[in-house]
Amino acid sequence: MGCGTSCSTKDRKSEKVFISHGSAALKAALIIQNWYRGYSARLKARQRYALTIFQSIEYADEQGQLQLSKFFSFMLENYTHIHEKDPELVARLFGSTLQDCKDRQEYVSCIDVPDSYNGPRLQFPLTFTDIDILLEAFKQQQILHAHYVLEVLFETKKVLKQMPNFTHVKTSPSKEITICGDLHGKLDDLFLIFYKNGLPSGSNSYIFNGDFVDRGKHSMEILMILFVSFLVYPNDLHLNRGNHEDFMMNLRYGFTKEILHKYKMHGKKILQILEDVYTWLPIGTIIDNEILIIHGGISESTDLNLLHRIERNKMKSVLMPPIPLDEDHDTDLKTKVGATIIPREVKTNGSLSEQLTKHEWEQVINILWSDPRGKRGCYPNKSRGGGCYFGPDITSKVLNKYQLKMLIRSHECKPEGYEICHGGKVVTVFSASNYYEEGSNRGAYIKLCCDMTPRFFQYQVTRTTCSRPLYQRVNAIESSAIRILKERMISRKTALIRAFQLQDHSKSGKLSMAQWAFSMENILGLDLPWRSLSSHLVTTDKNGNINYMSSFQDIHIQKPVKEAQSTLIETLYRYRSDLQIIFNVIDTDHSGLISMEEFRAMWKLFSSHYSIPIDDFQVDELAERMDLNKDGSIDFNEFLKAFYVVHKLDKLSKSDSNLP
Amino acid sequence: MSSTKHFMEISQEIIASEYHKKIKDAFEVFDHEANNTVDVREIGTIIRSLGCCPSEGELHDLIAEVEEEEPTGYIRFEKFLPVMTEVLLERRYRPIPEDTLLRAFEVLDPSKRGFLTKEELIKYMTEEGEPFSQEEMEEMLSAAIDPESNSIHYKDYIAMMVVDDS
Repeated sequence: MGCGTSCSTKDRKSEKVFISHGSAALKAALIIQNWYRGYSARLKARQRYALTIFQSIEYADEQGQLQLSKFFSFMLENYTHIHEKDPELVARLFGSTLQDCKDRQEYVSCIDVPDSYNGPRLQFPLTFTDIDILLEAFKQQQILHAHYVLEVLFETKKVLKQMPNFTHVKTSPSKEITICGDLHGKLDDLFLIFYKNGLPSGSNSYIFNGDFVDRGKHSMEILMILFVSFLVYPNDLHLNRGNHEDFMMNLRYGFTKEILHKYKMHGKKILQILEDVYTWLPIGTIIDNEILIIHGGISESTDLNLLHRIERNKMKSVLMPPIPLDEDHDTDLKTKVGATIIPREVKTNGSLSEQLTKHEWEQVINILWSDPRGKRGCYPNKSRGGGCYFGPDITSKVLNKYQLKMLIRSHECKPEGYEICHGGKVVTVFSASNYYEEGSNRGAYIKLCCDMTPRFFQYQVTRTTCSRPLYQRVNAIESSAIRILKERMISRKTALIRAFQLQDHSKSGKLSMAQWAFSMENILGLDLPWRSLSSHLVTTDKNGNINYMSSFQDIHIQKPVKEAQSTLIETLYRYRSDLQIIFNVIDTDHSGLISMEEFRAMWKLFSSHYSIPIDDFQVDELAERMDLNKDGSIDFNEFLKAFYVVHKLDKLSKSDSNLP
Repeated sequence: MSSTKHFMEISQEIIASEYHKKIKDAFEVFDHEANNTVDVREIGTIIRSLGCCPSEGELHDLIAEVEEEEPTGYIRFEKFLPVMTEVLLERRYRPIPEDTLLRAFEVLDPSKRGFLTKEELIKYMTEEGEPFSQEEMEEMLSAAIDPESNSIHYKDYIAMMVVDDS
């Protein structure tokens, strides 16, 4: 090996440095390329790990959500025992929140649009100009007045009611159809789609495959644009229900909060009507009798004929499974409940016939919640806690049974915005780019026409005009993911420490990597690459052993009240989302307040069902302290907001970004 | 002494078993369909994420070892695991130390200006050694190039990347 000859070493005044391509340059280039490829691969792996964290926690949360439904069933079965004084409690929970629901005239006419209102004004019957007006207004960050929101919702419900459970659509050589997946309140993505692909019209058909709302900040705007477009072009804009078109999901995942924030006076009315509109959204779309478009997936028992027939509007929420109808229970319930429960639509007796059968309900859950996987067969979807995992054999079986060729679904975030699996028979399309974090994923949509192969279009919304280099984006995603993972850890701190200590026989404060990873996976219930993540979560000593307490050093839960015990705080923090939902459900007039009695009753039930060993007395004490104005009622939002995690190393202690 | 040998064997087993778990973790993150296979195009990323730095040629050979007899475009975990375990146990494809990297840049900058121009970097990376694809080149430039001088001050660049990578 020698240095290549070079003129420049002798002649420093040369303007152009010329190095002949000798073997030294070759080797140098090889070294740099090799190093760079290694670095770049590790960056990509880190990005993938971060996404895995986001996804695992997202699904674990959904699982928590679905478990809540068991709690509600439990409550119903036990209500007479816990609170004889308040038989209305459960009636309120399961009965109609529309008890004093007036019809449309009353609602809309009693809300005036003041002259001073500068936002968009819609004119009924709606035309394409109204779509333009809305788009322009939302680009300027304006808010649509509640009067119009309610009119749109009522009109939408009226039209949706006429539609069957599955919309059958035909394409033609001159008429393609565009299919979009989850939007989750990301308005910029919808704008981008319309910009790239054109507005919906008689010659530009769209299908929006569910999950329009929750998580993003502009769910209301998206919903309004979609509903208005639907009203203008009911035969060319198709909406499928997603698992987030569910008022209980909205309670946890942010849409309810968005509505109550944007519509301080009329938000409750909007929420009430919205609950109903959701139930009328079609279950799916079928194109050219060949392609099935549904939000989640299928199961081996999926019965499309049954699904065509059921009364879809009886599917209120995934958290409200049909009340079990066994013999004794039935009569028991009917006497206690039949008279007082007023189900959503019908006010008379026979309340229990106003729900779907268990079988029908499960069929719908599977459609909205299932995920495809490579493994053959059909298994319960244990990450989400609802629906199932279905394999390529299930896809073939079900598609063949109904002479279909392809299934297009959404429901799962994919790095490229779409993914094809099961030998091309299942396509996932996801339209919310940067879903978890800026740079986390692309969004996509599909264009279909007749017998031609589907075409995929990808995009990514960037806030800044020039995108940041990859390593910065990965750093951002990674720190965000690690942050929520740490918050998860601290919400189970007691259980984690107990598990660690059990294995730490010598009480050294250290564990091997294998021991640590085992406990983490066991207690947190998250299937993550713990070994690779360990460097972000704990410190290790020079022998490679884990100092397991080091995770808890720079993070703690803010105590709302000094004397409160840390286990209580931890438990309340961990269940805060569930509690928020329960309280919101009790609080039927959406006042934000519940009485001390209701709080106590609810807490007793909750702790007994979830086997939480917390002293009732402590909770009472805490609640009394939270009742700041001593009037016997608790502002539960304030109560729950008081529990948040402080990251000591943050300059600003920000509360959990996932708190709805 | 046989007891020492025995002890070493057990340690080796424990190490191998930890490596197995590490490899499994890295593999699973790319196993989208949860059926113990990954796309062959991700194998390079997986291997490198485990701390190894094979050249493209070495990577090519590794892939040949783990592929099916009739390549399917997918690599199965059962074939990947033993090969990768050996790689880790033998400490093959060690990463480039920082000063070797620095010297490499210095070879390309014989007049010791302390930087390479954008054009020079592109030329070397896309014409020499195992050339970069356009995507790889753009990616490297986006982080490496100082937009004001349109050059890469390699010492600073290396320092920044090394911190980020650790």
